[in-house]
Amino acid sequence: MPTSPSILELLSPYPPGWGGVLISGAASTILISLGAYLLGMLIGLAGAAGKLKGSRPVVALLDFYTTAVRAIPELILIIGLYYAGTDGINRLLSALGFPPIEINGFLAAVVVLGVVQGAYATEVLRGAILAIPVGQIEAASAFGMRPLLRFRRIVLPALMPNALPGMANLWMSVTKDSALIAVVGYQELALATRLAAGNTKHYFLFFFAAAVIYLVITLVSNMVFGSLETYFRRGQPKAA
Amino acid sequence: MDFSWVFTYWPLIVAGAIQTVLLLVISVGFGFILAIGLALALVCGPFWLRWCAKVYCTSLRGTPLLIQLWLLYYGVGSFLPMIPGLRASVLWPVLREGFFFAAVSFTLNYAAYEAEVLRGALLAVPKGELEAGRAFGMSPATLLRRIWLPRAIRIALPTIGGEVVLQLKATPLAFTVTVMDLYAVAYKVRQDTLLVYEPLIVVTLFYVCLTLIITRAFRRVEMQVPIRR
Repeated sequence: MPTSPSILELLSPYPPGWGGVLISGAASTILISLGAYLLGMLIGLAGAAGKLKGSRPVVALLDFYTTAVRAIPELILIIGLYYAGTDGINRLLSALGFPPIEINGFLAAVVVLGVVQGAYATEVLRGAILAIPVGQIEAASAFGMRPLLRFRRIVLPALMPNALPGMANLWMSVTKDSALIAVVGYQELALATRLAAGNTKHYFLFFFAAAVIYLVITLVSNMVFGSLETYFRRGQPKAA
Repeated sequence: MDFSWVFTYWPLIVAGAIQTVLLLVISVGFGFILAIGLALALVCGPFWLRWCAKVYCTSLRGTPLLIQLWLLYYGVGSFLPMIPGLRASVLWPVLREGFFFAAVSFTLNYAAYEAEVLRGALLAVPKGELEAGRAFGMSPATLLRRIWLPRAIRIALPTIGGEVVLQLKATPLAFTVTVMDLYAVAYKVRQDTLLVYEPLIVVTLFYVCLTLIITRAFRRVEMQVPIRR
């Protein structure tokens, strides 16, 4: 039996070591999370607007969406959406007479996680918008601001401090939920780790390394959101 | 939509549901006990103990449950056979199973989340009630048992209900370490019958029903103490 390589050799970023695989896995985890987070925020904004201003069927539909997503386990949701989505697109293509296509794993991951995030983001943003004093929005309308300008100048700045804690939670949960994408076979940090661990049989080392990377992502995001919150809360009285 | 497989697979579905519920009950039960200790350490422990509890909570809340589970199952699991005498002991059949690792990692993870909830609740108990207890001459242990903890749990109850539901939604991860839980049954049905959506739908209904039962149960417990507004 050859002598077993040291920890440093195993984790080195160059090919005999698996550090490079882990780092690129971490990069794709962050990219997937960012994409899903942005998509989730867009869905959330639209959803919050729909829930607050929409007609009755729209509200009922959105209620169903948020309730269903929040009641079903993430793993099942991700696998179901992943298969249903890719299968549905291919069926649509074959009905139109096109050959089936291979769906890009990255895109599918972003869309699937984004749809899950959107449901939570809808509730976070709806709560944050409801917390804005009505008078401020009325005053903006009285000044003759159009809805878009009103949103940009009045609603968004007033909404951010209320929404930030919830949005920070969502970001933390999407970085961790992205590990579930490993189950459908797209290579991000969790799956890359499993690959490295399976190849070298150093299971503990690699899963521990992955845990440390996730923890670093979380801690760094914590600091970023902390400073964002102090920025958006500038000029507000300090909480007692 | 073809649901005829339900008739041949129902024993498996029931067994899977039992595994899922068992995982939930074990992790919430033991996790809660662990969380009480952690929360007390966070609120009134000495400096080093508080620091240890904080590190524990942060690291378990900051990493995905899937990674924790795989670290235990593949990582720690690969060290276990090296411990002399363990493989011959009566414990080995239990330690070999994925269920054991899933239960342990879910318990540790749940405890970390629950400890933070309980910490907030312990701090939210009105000071006057604790002072009243002390004025009656209660020892710290009695005070904790009779006043501090019951009050804190009441305060945290809505959040605890939410945490239990989140824990239920985390249990399908056990399927990645060979536990035959509800989701694993759906997976097996899909492989056997080539049906993609029907097994997922049936299993999803189970999870939604369990969620409804949990929320109802918590609402009932919450209503036992009327709140004066």
